[in-house]
Amino acid sequence: MNQHTTTLLVIGGGPGGYIAAIRAGQLGIPTTLVEAAELGGTCLNVGCIPSKALIHVAEEFEKASHFASGSALGISVQAPRIDIGQTVLWKDGIVGRLTGGVAALLKKSGVRVVKGWANIVDGKTVEVIRDGESPQRIGCQHLLLATGAHATELPFMPFGGKVISATEALSPRTLPGKLVVVGAGYIGLELGIAYAKLGSQVHVVEAQERILPAYDNDLTRPVAIALKGLGIQTHLGSSVLGLDQEGMAVRIRNAAGEESALGADQVLVAVGRRPNTRGYGLEKLRIDMDGHFIKVDDQCRTSMRDVWAIGDVTGEPMLAHRAMAQGEMVAEIISGKRRHFSPAAIAAVCFTDPEVVVAGVTPQQARAQGIACIDASFPFSANGRAMSLESKDGFVRVVARSDNHLIVGWQAVGKAVSELSAAFGQSIEMGATLEDVAGTIHAHPTLGEAIQEAALRALGHALHI
Amino acid sequence: MGIHVIKMPDIGEGIAEVELVMWHVKVGDAVTEDMILADVMTDKATIEIPSPVHGTVAMLGGAAGQVMAVGADLIHIEVEGEGNLKAQASASSAPAKPAGPAPAPAVQPAPPVVAVPAQAAAGGATPASRAAASPASARVAREPGERPLASPAVRKRAWDMGVELQFVHGSGPAGRILHTDLEAYVARGVQGAPSAVPGGYRENHTEQTIPLIGLRRKIAQKMQESKRRIPHFSYVEEIDVTELENLRTRMNEQWGKERGKLTVLPLLARALVVALRQFPQMNARFDDDAGIVTQYGAVHLGVATQTDAGLMVSVMRHAEARDLWSCASEIGRLADAARTGKASREELSGSTITISSLGPLGGIVTTPVINHPEVAIIGVNKIVERPMVRQGAVVIRKMMNLSSSFDHRVVDGMHAAQFVQAIRALLECPAMLFVE
Repeated sequence: MNQHTTTLLVIGGGPGGYIAAIRAGQLGIPTTLVEAAELGGTCLNVGCIPSKALIHVAEEFEKASHFASGSALGISVQAPRIDIGQTVLWKDGIVGRLTGGVAALLKKSGVRVVKGWANIVDGKTVEVIRDGESPQRIGCQHLLLATGAHATELPFMPFGGKVISATEALSPRTLPGKLVVVGAGYIGLELGIAYAKLGSQVHVVEAQERILPAYDNDLTRPVAIALKGLGIQTHLGSSVLGLDQEGMAVRIRNAAGEESALGADQVLVAVGRRPNTRGYGLEKLRIDMDGHFIKVDDQCRTSMRDVWAIGDVTGEPMLAHRAMAQGEMVAEIISGKRRHFSPAAIAAVCFTDPEVVVAGVTPQQARAQGIACIDASFPFSANGRAMSLESKDGFVRVVARSDNHLIVGWQAVGKAVSELSAAFGQSIEMGATLEDVAGTIHAHPTLGEAIQEAALRALGHALHI
Repeated sequence: MGIHVIKMPDIGEGIAEVELVMWHVKVGDAVTEDMILADVMTDKATIEIPSPVHGTVAMLGGAAGQVMAVGADLIHIEVEGEGNLKAQASASSAPAKPAGPAPAPAVQPAPPVVAVPAQAAAGGATPASRAAASPASARVAREPGERPLASPAVRKRAWDMGVELQFVHGSGPAGRILHTDLEAYVARGVQGAPSAVPGGYRENHTEQTIPLIGLRRKIAQKMQESKRRIPHFSYVEEIDVTELENLRTRMNEQWGKERGKLTVLPLLARALVVALRQFPQMNARFDDDAGIVTQYGAVHLGVATQTDAGLMVSVMRHAEARDLWSCASEIGRLADAARTGKASREELSGSTITISSLGPLGGIVTTPVINHPEVAIIGVNKIVERPMVRQGAVVIRKMMNLSSSFDHRVVDGMHAAQFVQAIRALLECPAMLFVE
């Protein structure tokens, strides 16, 4: 049997795992990373990046369609057509470049990458299995679990045939005429909107009473309006019963108990993600779990000494940037530094149209925590740049403590607001007050001015409203 | 000019890591062939690494105290001619970066000794009392559980300094802790401590962080390994050594000058050799991973030796083939070698049973830790004169206890007791030591 030993062994080459490995390599820790599929994990291969690529294509296509049907901008074009095969090729090219880049970075940091399926033997030993090769045994001092998560399956409507997960939805061979999306969370809506823009007839079914149930009403209202504008039909408070006998339609039941059927060429199930905790010998370690997730402390230590876990497998929020920060931290701790995972905020972005971004707490959450707070919004309808982008819907909202004006949360909805997340995260992490942001000159004309104006408004003297 | 690379050598027995104990050279030093470059240490022995070439030291692969992988670049020496390092474009463009997989992690324990203010350990009450002592600067009005407000850079710096931000006053807007607050806190923590109360009666808030490196780390690992793996069974018996001591005195009077003085240890070694003939199961090594006990004909006697650096076990090979004086001189020689750090690997490994003696500090009872993977250790306690009852009369006898531990997985209590009783019989009637 092939055998080698290392100091740090990382299972999983997603954003958490590869960042941990790169940082460890930089710090001179002998590191091996095991990945069964492509480097980059869900994020690069079947998540963040390809979905944004597809969303971009859908946006461009919709723009052209919009122009074809007459535009106030004075642009006219002929009816556009789309070659979805070429779209997927283009997207795969981007993914390929990025995963290749990750491989190069790992190599540069001196990380050994082993392709294959990891199987934990014990807390210090992992066996890697690869088709047609004898298993390779790797010994390590530190074991880092960065195994990620997978799309949750509905037991009565498992994946296969026309029932697909986001993974398949990101590599369509043809565009479905009728698409039913189960789940109005961010994954379902991002893809639902993209498919609608590409020309599919989209229905979205959600068990709760509103879309994007994780966000408040003010934030989701512009998204709901946009869905209507795109012709996407939402079925809220409805549960999915399964495919009908012929497999041609999805049966649903609304809150009143009435059943109906939605014709479907494809059914995208996006009802959440489950941590990957099976199939690689995790149970042999008998470490403490937190529900389905691996339980970790604020240093990402599991209950077993020198076994660490980061990213989606450790719980919410399941976000690539959280996993990356954890991965970097674990590498530094292993190198002997004192570190803790204690972010003041982790921004989350929803790439719907309009986009939604949140960092820190909402006014409701702050009040629920017993924080006396003030909040103020500044609408994009009063922002010149937003108008020039044909985007008047949406706003930026700030939440701050009443006593010392410390900013505890930001929310925004609108076109291209995802880029505001940097400013949101930074101001909270730095401990900025309303006065700090209000006193910072924001460049004109940009969407960012709405940030300054929201802070000014919270202080009672907004200038443009 | 070329670069000659010396890699961390494989010292055998499948060791993957070697600790770099000391450098004898630094970058820029001229070295000659056979000059000692560094001392490295494995589980057992300290080994000197000599230079095979003439040249100038170009790079050191690690700092003293680091554990380095076998095969990692230990040192680069600039030599006349080609050297053995292939000229690589990448190597020349990034000269500062060690080529091999370098420092293992555990060995960067920040600065070796860090004094930190200990409010962290003292809990919530301390800040309040401190606030009273130094008014303006020490206000901390944070609710328990409330998150101290500080930028990521300040947080990171506090972790590096070992400061709990919870107890640091923030002077910035909204009580934000600034770099200057952190500096003020640390400065106060160090000089603020010795104040108010004169004399030695005052709270001492210093803490020392002492990294476990070198021999101390090896000892810690060995001890933990032994106690974790071996269920120890200990047995103590008192032994009347009056006769033995008489004999030893006589021998020292008669032959002390020409053959050297004897301590109790050679006599005890002889008793062990004789007793082990009857109890071969005690003279063994238990490979518990493989589930195999190996009994040895040879008695390689480990002798626990205290050195300045810590405990070491030097090994007297073939005790069964040595007379008392040969034993004595070998024990003395090994102890010297261990204390001066020049004992070879062979002299520090391969024992089959071990004796542990604290000499005059031997105490009444000890609970010796078995030298894994052996199965028995004999601890020697001090000799004292005690009133004993012999044939109805109280007499003064020289008494010595033996405290022994056995691996209860492979040695039963009954046999352990019989073994110690056999040793006792030999020591109480020393003539039996010499009956073949």
